[in-house]
Amino acid sequence: MERSEPAPQTLFDRIWETHQVRPETAEAPAVLFVDLHLVHEVTSPQAFTVLRERGLRVRRPDLTLATMDHSTPTTPAGPAGEVEITDPQCRSQLEALERNCREFGIELHPLGAEHQGIVHVIGPELGLTQPGRTVVCGDSHTSTHGAFGAFAFGIGTSEVGHVLATQCLLQRRPRTMGIRVNGRLGPCVTAKDLILEIISRLGVSGGTGHVLEYSGEAIRALSMEARMTLCNMSIEAGARAGLIAPDDTTFEYLHGRPRAPRGRAWEAALARWRTLRSDPGAQFDAAVDIDASALEPTVTFGTNPGMSAPVSGRVPEPEHEREPAARRALEAALSYMGLRPGQPLQGHPIDVVFIGSCTNGRLSDLRAAASVLRGRRVAPRVRALVVPGSREVKRAAEAEGLHRVFLEAGAEWREPGCSMCIGMNGDQVGPGQSAVSTSNRNFEGRQGPGARTFLASPLTAAAAAIAGALADPRAFVDARPEGRF
Amino acid sequence: MPPFHTLTSHAVVLSRRDIDTDQIIPARFLKGTTREGLGRWLFAGWRYDGQGAPVADFPLNDPRAAGARILIAGANFGCGSSREHAPWALVDQGFRAVISASIADIFRNNAIKNGLVPAVVDEEAHRALLAQPFGEVTVDLEAQEVIAPGVRARFSIDPFARRCLLDGTDELGFLLGQAGAIAEYEQARRREELA
Repeated sequence: MERSEPAPQTLFDRIWETHQVRPETAEAPAVLFVDLHLVHEVTSPQAFTVLRERGLRVRRPDLTLATMDHSTPTTPAGPAGEVEITDPQCRSQLEALERNCREFGIELHPLGAEHQGIVHVIGPELGLTQPGRTVVCGDSHTSTHGAFGAFAFGIGTSEVGHVLATQCLLQRRPRTMGIRVNGRLGPCVTAKDLILEIISRLGVSGGTGHVLEYSGEAIRALSMEARMTLCNMSIEAGARAGLIAPDDTTFEYLHGRPRAPRGRAWEAALARWRTLRSDPGAQFDAAVDIDASALEPTVTFGTNPGMSAPVSGRVPEPEHEREPAARRALEAALSYMGLRPGQPLQGHPIDVVFIGSCTNGRLSDLRAAASVLRGRRVAPRVRALVVPGSREVKRAAEAEGLHRVFLEAGAEWREPGCSMCIGMNGDQVGPGQSAVSTSNRNFEGRQGPGARTFLASPLTAAAAAIAGALADPRAFVDARPEGRF
Repeated sequence: MPPFHTLTSHAVVLSRRDIDTDQIIPARFLKGTTREGLGRWLFAGWRYDGQGAPVADFPLNDPRAAGARILIAGANFGCGSSREHAPWALVDQGFRAVISASIADIFRNNAIKNGLVPAVVDEEAHRALLAQPFGEVTVDLEAQEVIAPGVRARFSIDPFARRCLLDGTDELGFLLGQAGAIAEYEQARRREELA
């Protein structure tokens, strides 16, 4: 009998199989090993308490890294670089993380430190997020790291405790969904617009139980930062994780990063990483095809990230929804957002613009926003906030003079952090105010009680800041000879 | 964690679908360092008005909701963030089971670890249950059944999660018991990386 060829594998299969300490059975989930555990102040204190109560140690502090991002103020630092924490609860949470990291021997990048920033920005920046790794964090946007071909997913605080104590998690094998994006994105159409379209197509629960692997011409053409934006919001379709096979773009990004392998170790890593891909003919549990060239700059109009439309379009009409539950959900969303069925999106007045977050707070995002804002003014009624994703992003942006572009346009240039994406640090949108935000969630009250959020790309957000209303960025970028994106 | 076998209680119904964790417990209540006392902020954005007064027509503020231990929610309950504060708040309020037609992945994982049973029933049973606000419902974890007037439906739950909930044990103990296998795995990985 001829030896049969091994069955074609997906990228996900490869990562899953090399990280099983114990394979799953009908009775018990797999014991899955974690290569990188990222920790922040909001979802970890109760996990450290459990460790203390049970007399446990952190099994692999060398695979654990902590930073401060959610509860940190982003108000400009004083002359000596000092930042004032005015909220006593935030302060006690930050102090708890400092204490826990000291006691359990975990590397911490505290407020103001050279590499401090949003956890999903600094992991890649440091070169810790590497192809083929398993990455977890007590934060749903851990899916960001899938851009490097890592299996990365968010966990709860109990699971944070499990990983601290055992470096492992109990996991059922997720299903896989192949999302092929053919063609090229048009002018001013970004990874943000693409992921909003994908979520709209799948629905906010369409990815539940699945790992989404993105492939195709449009994905290959994306920069690492754009790939992170795409994978970041995979969770908004309910998916466990997003995944992109590593390629030369990935390797180029990682080469020379502080924690990336060097010398012979780099060569060995490259050889290993080049095998991390889905075989031709590998079977996915579900498959979706998308034509990138048909997409337009997109904004959300509702109260979950699945409710989006081209900014050049109109608010949908609930009466066209056949299913009663969907009709009621749309009616409730439009009422919360203060929108009329059928009204054009462009021209709808806004009060706040937020550019930042783990979705769109990286250097290329700030460059995109600056390309629209350069030489223009933020509309008089509008408050525009630009918050770099990390200290590194802030330094690089300032070295290029981007901060001056923002300040001259009348926007605020802040210290790094999660800021107005989640509003925990006091950066909030007021009740009834409308915000165009480059973040990831437009849930009711997400950016502050009563806040109305329109999710969009940095280009679209910057265009809205100038217009004082929802606006199509193509009208701002195409008008200038240098305005190519 | 107390063991869970069978629970009979009147139920609160929130029929909206896609109820996200920012609704279950808004981020401004995540600034603490303990897991206690979050029940009063459960569904805070819907439960209280801008002045902090209870919103009369929100089901949790109805006198019939007092003492309810079962929540029946629209599909895709618990989508959004990974905050375990969501099940902490539900449990602190007294809930021990959530019934829906689908439940988001991370929320479901978090619920199990806090003795909150995530019971997924078929759409027909879900519709029938949504139509019985404050009605009496039984969740039988041993038989994996939800029983209410006119409803007798099997619900799906991972067998390992079911075992943990029935026994009142947590997963950390199970994982700590794997220390030998974990050490072997770590050694094998080290050898591979040196090769």
